[in-house]
Amino acid sequence: MDPRNLLEVRNLTMRFGGIVANNDVSFDVAQGSITALIGPNGAGKTTVFNCLTGFYRASEGTIHLAGDQGCAPLEVGGLLSKPLIGGSYLVARAGIARTFQNIRLFREMSVVENLLVAQHNHLDRNLLSGALGLRRYRQAERDGIERAFHWLRVMDLEEDANRLAGELPYGRQRRLEIARAMCTGPRLVCLDEPAAGLNPREKADLAERIQHLRNEHRVTVLLIEHDMSLVMGISEHIVVLDHGEVIAAGDPQEVKNSPAVITAYLGADDDEEGAA
Amino acid sequence: MDWHILGQQLVNGLTLGSIYGLIAIGYTMVYGIIGMINFAHGDVYMISAYLTAISLAVLSAFGVESVPFAIVVTLGLTMFITGVYGWSIERVAYRPLRGSTRLAPLISAIGISLLLQNYVQVAQGARNQGIPSLIDGVFRVGNDKDFVQMTHVQLLIVIASFGAMAGLTWLIQRTSLGRQCRATQQDRHMAEILGINTDRIISTVFVIGAAMAAIAGTLVTLNYGSFDFFVGFVTGIKAFTAAVLGGIGSLPGAMLGGILLGLFESLFSGFVNTDYKDVFSFSVLVLVLIFRPSGLLGRPEVEKV
Amino acid sequence: MSTHASPTFIRPLREAGVTFVLALIVFGPISGLVLDGYSIEPHLGRPLLIASIVAAGRLLFGVLEQTPFGQKLLARNARKASGGVTVARGDEYKLLYFVVPLVIAIGVTLPFVANKYWLGNLILALIYVLLGLGLNIVVGLAGLLDLGFVAFYAVGAYFLALGAQYLDIGFWTALVCAPMLAACFGAVLGFPVLRMHGDYLAIVTLGFGEIIRLVLNNWLDFTGGPNGASVPAPTIFGLEFSRIAKQGGTPFHEFFGLEYSSDYKLMFTYLVLLVVVLLMVRFLTKLRQMPMGRAWEALREDEIACRSLGINHVIVKLSAFMMGAMTGGLAGVFFATYQGFVNPTSFNFFESALILAIVVLGGLGSTLGVIIAALVLTLLPEVLREFADYRVLAFGALMVLMMIWRPRGLIRPKRPHFAPEV
Repeated sequence: MDPRNLLEVRNLTMRFGGIVANNDVSFDVAQGSITALIGPNGAGKTTVFNCLTGFYRASEGTIHLAGDQGCAPLEVGGLLSKPLIGGSYLVARAGIARTFQNIRLFREMSVVENLLVAQHNHLDRNLLSGALGLRRYRQAERDGIERAFHWLRVMDLEEDANRLAGELPYGRQRRLEIARAMCTGPRLVCLDEPAAGLNPREKADLAERIQHLRNEHRVTVLLIEHDMSLVMGISEHIVVLDHGEVIAAGDPQEVKNSPAVITAYLGADDDEEGAA
Repeated sequence: MDWHILGQQLVNGLTLGSIYGLIAIGYTMVYGIIGMINFAHGDVYMISAYLTAISLAVLSAFGVESVPFAIVVTLGLTMFITGVYGWSIERVAYRPLRGSTRLAPLISAIGISLLLQNYVQVAQGARNQGIPSLIDGVFRVGNDKDFVQMTHVQLLIVIASFGAMAGLTWLIQRTSLGRQCRATQQDRHMAEILGINTDRIISTVFVIGAAMAAIAGTLVTLNYGSFDFFVGFVTGIKAFTAAVLGGIGSLPGAMLGGILLGLFESLFSGFVNTDYKDVFSFSVLVLVLIFRPSGLLGRPEVEKV
Repeated sequence: MSTHASPTFIRPLREAGVTFVLALIVFGPISGLVLDGYSIEPHLGRPLLIASIVAAGRLLFGVLEQTPFGQKLLARNARKASGGVTVARGDEYKLLYFVVPLVIAIGVTLPFVANKYWLGNLILALIYVLLGLGLNIVVGLAGLLDLGFVAFYAVGAYFLALGAQYLDIGFWTALVCAPMLAACFGAVLGFPVLRMHGDYLAIVTLGFGEIIRLVLNNWLDFTGGPNGASVPAPTIFGLEFSRIAKQGGTPFHEFFGLEYSSDYKLMFTYLVLLVVVLLMVRFLTKLRQMPMGRAWEALREDEIACRSLGINHVIVKLSAFMMGAMTGGLAGVFFATYQGFVNPTSFNFFESALILAIVVLGGLGSTLGVIIAALVLTLLPEVLREFADYRVLAFGALMVLMMIWRPRGLIRPKRPHFAPEV
């Protein structure tokens, strides 16, 4: 694995029954970069995401995540197929956090509780020390609450701390979901269409916050997004998918001028379509 | 090994399995279309057993002598009334809960199950009920001491079950109604956009399931002749096991699962122990869920993230 | 549709007519023609009565729907059914400082004023509170439907009965060990099933409840079968509650120079039970603000999101399932002690259904609601004895109606309030 990369996807193929959702997808995510995954609807972006974050086991291919602090790289598929204890939660523990296209908050819990659930693995889960209110437990809880408020401040949600997550306006729910992902202490955060449904002002604000996350909090960002101005504005590296395959990859300028990308987005001439 | 015992248990298992298969259809179709376990289904089957006995008693009170005529009329009546039960249950207890919490329809179904059991208990009394044996006669193979026999009722059960199954398969595969059912099962939202009245289709599925359970109820009553208000409980769990074994959501799977479970259970009670046959059937459910949750003919479920 | 100035009766009447015919078909044969041996005993008035009531209800509802008052009522209900959860402001606990000691004081004095009959009922009611709290962890907090909860109750009860018979253990040992054994049962049953899609758990637990009962019933040599097994009376610091001490010690009444009375045993059981219930309530209140409790509720809200946050959903579910089983086992020990005897009929499916009804009525997830529901559902039938036949009917109807009108119960818990440190 190249030490400059945080994530290396090699020859990823995903089949559902007879349908091939992704075919032979390979790309890298560099440490500390903002990388975007774009493509027309149905290109297989979310399927790639679900493989990366461990919700699907890829039919073929490997996904390697660089090891933390000099440890050996981890293979995401291997985490899923571990006997008995395997599962997508291990991927999150390895340092990949995500948000969802259709927001998945704990709607009937308060905003702070949402963030505390995300820190489950950092808190004192011992039932006994909790029941007796030991100092160790109280300290862990206090730290958790502090961390939750820290991320609320970063995402400008502090005044909503004690509201139900489900009753927040849409744009704030999107931000809360990002804050919740950050609370797990990830190295790579995967955002699935974070700007969907936001108005232009909210979009600009979001772009700023994503850059802030990377610059100030040193997290690598991988995002799926349809809004080209947002993608071109903030990402250093863009991977374009169409019909489940990578058709182009490079910096925004390269991608913008790639004939394959223009064809995919604007449609080909009739004779080219026939040839394909 | 005693071959005649083996043969006899296979015959019994086939009969029992056909019944499980018929009831399993109700579970599997409902699960396929709205993804819920209809806990009240076993009790719908119990209702049909009572309806059979009531209908036969009424017919004999009116002086109907012909046994085949009485059975055909009873089967028709039972299927109709049980079908209305299926429809009403869906309308009253499940339809208002679409879009509610995940647990709501399950708890509602348990409530209906309790209601039906207690309603029958209060209305008909808690005692064991029965009907006289209407069809005699056996086919027998072997000598006087060691033989394998199949009663005419058992034969009727197997033939009627396969007939019902064939009819249902035709309905689902070849008719417009069946196409609508399959479309709704695949994607309810899309089917609705295409102009299918999915509420009506879901109701239809409940009616079909109930009618199949009614056939089972009538046949079982003719065979064993005895039942009480609690028979739906254990039979329901076993029929559900059959549906899971065959692959929940799959019609041929329900029948296959039913017959396999019937055979397993008969062989177990013939060669191992009768007292623990229910324990055995239940262990089959757990083992299938652990090792092959999609069943024999079902497709693995893809999680929607 | 608030434009309807005057309600029309034609549509509701037609609907009521259809309802009447359907109800007649549904209720007619079973309630109108009662099997008596191989013949029929007609009771034709009953289906007519039931169908009329159902149709009248439908008519009333149809008309009410069109009046402004009815619409307001429906709108209010719809609001309450979906939402209703609020976050605490952080200052409403002051009232508790008065209420909690008052409730404890009443609880402690009750056995000294109640007669033996009501003391027995109180013990049963508290046992159901404990069972309700246990099932509430599983169903209400973690959102797992457990329909065989009575199995763990049976494990606890039989552990004491058989343990006393074979291993010579007593009440106090059972009080510690039985919950652990029940939790082990929960783990063995839960682990394979909890890895799968949620709804299968319901039917597996339903089957498991029945299996435990069958095994208890059929394993004559070990469990005593349908005849059951006797349970020794509890002891306190080695003092027995029997008239004459069996093991040669001093009976409780002689030690304190009191007249012998079997009430002492009940009082003792009640007081220990009360302490356990109070501890349990305290623990559950804390639990909802502990990482584990939060994870249970998060799992109920959205399992996929939990997994994306690194929560091992199987372990978290299993912990809820085991915690519930443990509470069930604990309740079983008290039940066995109270009855002095256990047999399989105490652990049938209706018992599971009753506990579920308590949780559903009390509000999935609300400790206070479950306590109130348990007291109401166990003490009310004692008052209304003549309707005993309709008890299960009422529970069934209650579950359906609650799911339609208040799927989240009558009392919604408040979310805890958090403030950053300054």
